[in-house]
Amino acid sequence: MPQSTQVVVIGAGPGGYAAAFYAADLGMQVALVDPAVNPGGVCLYRGCIPSKALLHVADVLNEARHAEAWGVTFGAPKIDIDKLRAFKTKVVNQLTGGLGQLSKQRKITYIQGTAGFRDARTLEITREGQSQPEMLTFEHAIIATGSRPSTLPGVTLQSPRLMDSTSALEVPDVPGSLLVVGGGYIGLELGTVYAALGTKVTVVEMTPGLLPGADRDLVNVLARRIESMSEAVLLNTKVVAMKEGKNGIAVTFEGEGLPADAPKERTFDRVLVSVGRRPNSAVPGLDRTRVKVSARGFIEVDPARRTAEPSIYAIGDVVGEPMLAHKASHEGRVAVESIAGERVAFEPLAIPAVVFTDPELAWCGLTETDAQKQKREVTVTRFPWAASGRALTLDRSDGMTKLILDPKTERVLGVGIVGPGAGELIAEGVLAVEMGANATDVRMTIHPHPTLSETIMESAEVFFGQATHVYRPRKKA
Amino acid sequence: MSTDFTLPELGENVTAGDVVRVLVAPGDSVAKDQPVLELETDKATIEVPSSVAGTVKDIRVKQGERIKVGQVVLTVEDGGAGAAKAATAKPAGDEGAKPKPQPAGAPVEGGLSQKSPGQGEAAASSGGAKRAKEDAGQGLADQPEAQQAEPAPESKPRRGEVVDISRGARATPAPAASAETVDQGPAAPAAPSVRRLARELGVDIRRVPGSGPGGRISTDDVQAFVRGALAGGGAPATAAPGALPDFTKWGEIERKPMSNIRRKTAEHLSSAWNQIPHVTQHDKADITAVEELRKKYGPQAEKAGGKLTMTAIALKITATALQRFPQFNASADMARNEIVYRKSVHVGVAVDTPRGLLVPVIRDVDRKGVIELAVDLANVSEKARAGKLSLDEMQGGGFTITNLGGIGGTSFTPIVNWPEVAILGISRGGFEPVYDGKSFQPRLMLPLSLSYDHRVIDGADGARFLRWIVDALEQPFVMSL
Repeated sequence: MPQSTQVVVIGAGPGGYAAAFYAADLGMQVALVDPAVNPGGVCLYRGCIPSKALLHVADVLNEARHAEAWGVTFGAPKIDIDKLRAFKTKVVNQLTGGLGQLSKQRKITYIQGTAGFRDARTLEITREGQSQPEMLTFEHAIIATGSRPSTLPGVTLQSPRLMDSTSALEVPDVPGSLLVVGGGYIGLELGTVYAALGTKVTVVEMTPGLLPGADRDLVNVLARRIESMSEAVLLNTKVVAMKEGKNGIAVTFEGEGLPADAPKERTFDRVLVSVGRRPNSAVPGLDRTRVKVSARGFIEVDPARRTAEPSIYAIGDVVGEPMLAHKASHEGRVAVESIAGERVAFEPLAIPAVVFTDPELAWCGLTETDAQKQKREVTVTRFPWAASGRALTLDRSDGMTKLILDPKTERVLGVGIVGPGAGELIAEGVLAVEMGANATDVRMTIHPHPTLSETIMESAEVFFGQATHVYRPRKKA
Repeated sequence: MSTDFTLPELGENVTAGDVVRVLVAPGDSVAKDQPVLELETDKATIEVPSSVAGTVKDIRVKQGERIKVGQVVLTVEDGGAGAAKAATAKPAGDEGAKPKPQPAGAPVEGGLSQKSPGQGEAAASSGGAKRAKEDAGQGLADQPEAQQAEPAPESKPRRGEVVDISRGARATPAPAASAETVDQGPAAPAAPSVRRLARELGVDIRRVPGSGPGGRISTDDVQAFVRGALAGGGAPATAAPGALPDFTKWGEIERKPMSNIRRKTAEHLSSAWNQIPHVTQHDKADITAVEELRKKYGPQAEKAGGKLTMTAIALKITATALQRFPQFNASADMARNEIVYRKSVHVGVAVDTPRGLLVPVIRDVDRKGVIELAVDLANVSEKARAGKLSLDEMQGGGFTITNLGGIGGTSFTPIVNWPEVAILGISRGGFEPVYDGKSFQPRLMLPLSLSYDHRVIDGADGARFLRWIVDALEQPFVMSL
């Protein structure tokens, strides 16, 4: 281990490794510290990547079942859970191993271990398998320590049946029944995986709707699907107690969302708690620097992602919502450019959010809900996928594409999509928002036929009342 | 009892504006003439002063909202003694830097001074006003009595009224600058690469006018904006200054937001200073005789509703000088390599107000008599101090006069009020021994400082112009030659 470095990045998730690689590409001397054997962080080891591998399997299972409607019957699937897990692990290892390679090729000093601050210029790093910390002085540090799953307040139960997203992604078995606590994207994605594998899934959400923050018209499409695949979706309902019994975890519910005749207590083979994530801002020795942490536990940074301590930057989940890998990577590049002396700021107009359920739900920029809250005048145009040829060939007419537009300038302020492949489609929306494209730009851009991407073009045509595949009688002047 | 404050007339052809910021919150106490709203009109961003006093009960407008003249902005509850005291206590503050502790029952004072950026400044200026002559709007009028220690306080400064022409070395804020800062608001319609370019060039992307559909901003727009700023058009690029040191290392500090006028003044003067090669020419005029005349005709001016001050006299003489030397009533159009000569003679006069420096413009000075000018001057100074100047009244000047004589000083170097090309600074006059060829005579001498744009005016012309003004002050007959 060297004694000093120009830049040290603490945490090798998608924010940290992107920052470290970019700094190295700009010719800086870089060290990257992480407890794992290779870079990757939550995203690659226990987040985005493994969940998507499992969701792909879930998609295949659902499609195979759906195929009966088209006259193709496969019979009941046989699931080899070890092999399934091995597929997921292979994907993770291939990607993280690749990152290790890329790190080496860039001559980055990768240190497997944990770090704390001795002062604003020195880290104490305890390497894996060592007990004595070593000193590393730096010119600039980037804190990219990420986040961890929140636990349910008041619940002290310790049980292998009680899972968080990390243990759920290990797929220990296919439980007969699973309670998903929290109707956010993590709970719904993992619930989708288990439901496809054959588990009876129940979702409980404290608020009146799934996926708080997303527009209701989009969520409703997904909610119908979630309801049909799961045993029950309990909204406005809280988990007040959990007790482990012989046959599982007995859960007591409370709330108006519970049907009057339903039992207040139910037993589940497994319970997945997915009630959000908390920032890992308790970096040892942070109090020896001027870095400030907010009441909610986020490290405070300026637009260039610099903390109150000029030598220290922070990026990713640890500095605030949305806790998304692509936001962290972008922030990492901003921080590195700032270190390189460029005048930069993290100022995206749109950060896409994608829920990889079936159907997928994705949005970016201004939502209709936000516009209402801000009392901002917008025009919302919707294109139902029932009018899309491509959607019908997939036998999926339940999707929808919507644009949130400025009524005066026609500018695209936000895009929302629900339907298979929404996560891929939203990228065009992000580009439109970032480029300040207007409805004319979008409708005059030729989109390939027959694809789902046409729904974005046709949503723009709806603005002018001239969508080819939707007839809207003209308003009489 | 509650009173509504409605959006007052803001100037000709201004009927509405967008609320940039509301400067007070419910529960704050508001004094008369205290800015309560930052409003962006088609022409400029202006602070709207309250015409009512009391405790804010209800705010009826929101940031970003477009409001019309006559619309109710806020409602105040007549705060009775507490509010009234809060209002009057301010100008009495001697230094004004820190809010004074308020009598019990007064609305939260700390909150007020924080929320209304203009407040601290107002108090600070009133301190200055106290030291200055009481009606320093025409400060020079008292100048011959300069030897007397203190002015007779016959007319006390009224609440909120700061009377002085000072800070003449700073030129005017740019009331009509085409691009105004909008710190908050919807993100600008510009691609990431364009936003980055703007940031690198130190340009606030929100201020760049977009030429594309829906106002979309292109790379060319940003470059044109910067070129415009460098050539003197539009708003200046806010080149990032170096990082400030950490002042807390050496002791306690306090940070306060700049008022809108302060910010505009800073931008306008940086821009003027950066683009104009300045030269300042100094001279002295013997005003012993003209001072006699001023005293003689003073009552006549007072009867007409004005005050015959040295500024009024200087205005008249300057107007004639501008006709003799048209290059001093001109502007440099560097983009077209032309010099723009004005046929009209409109002269700005710097006025210190509680809200900052303002420069009302007196129209057609060449066509008015000294008495008429004295009346005009009294009117605009009063309006400036009351915050009632319309934008129109601050535009279109061809030359500026700034008189610091009421405060003192032997000379200074005023900054040319771009797009004008010259500014006349007046310092405090006093008796000096002047050799008349036989003996030394006590003569009342007035120091004058003329700053000019060397791109348009040569040094010899600068000296000739100022010399002409000196001669005219000494021998008003010169004007009719």
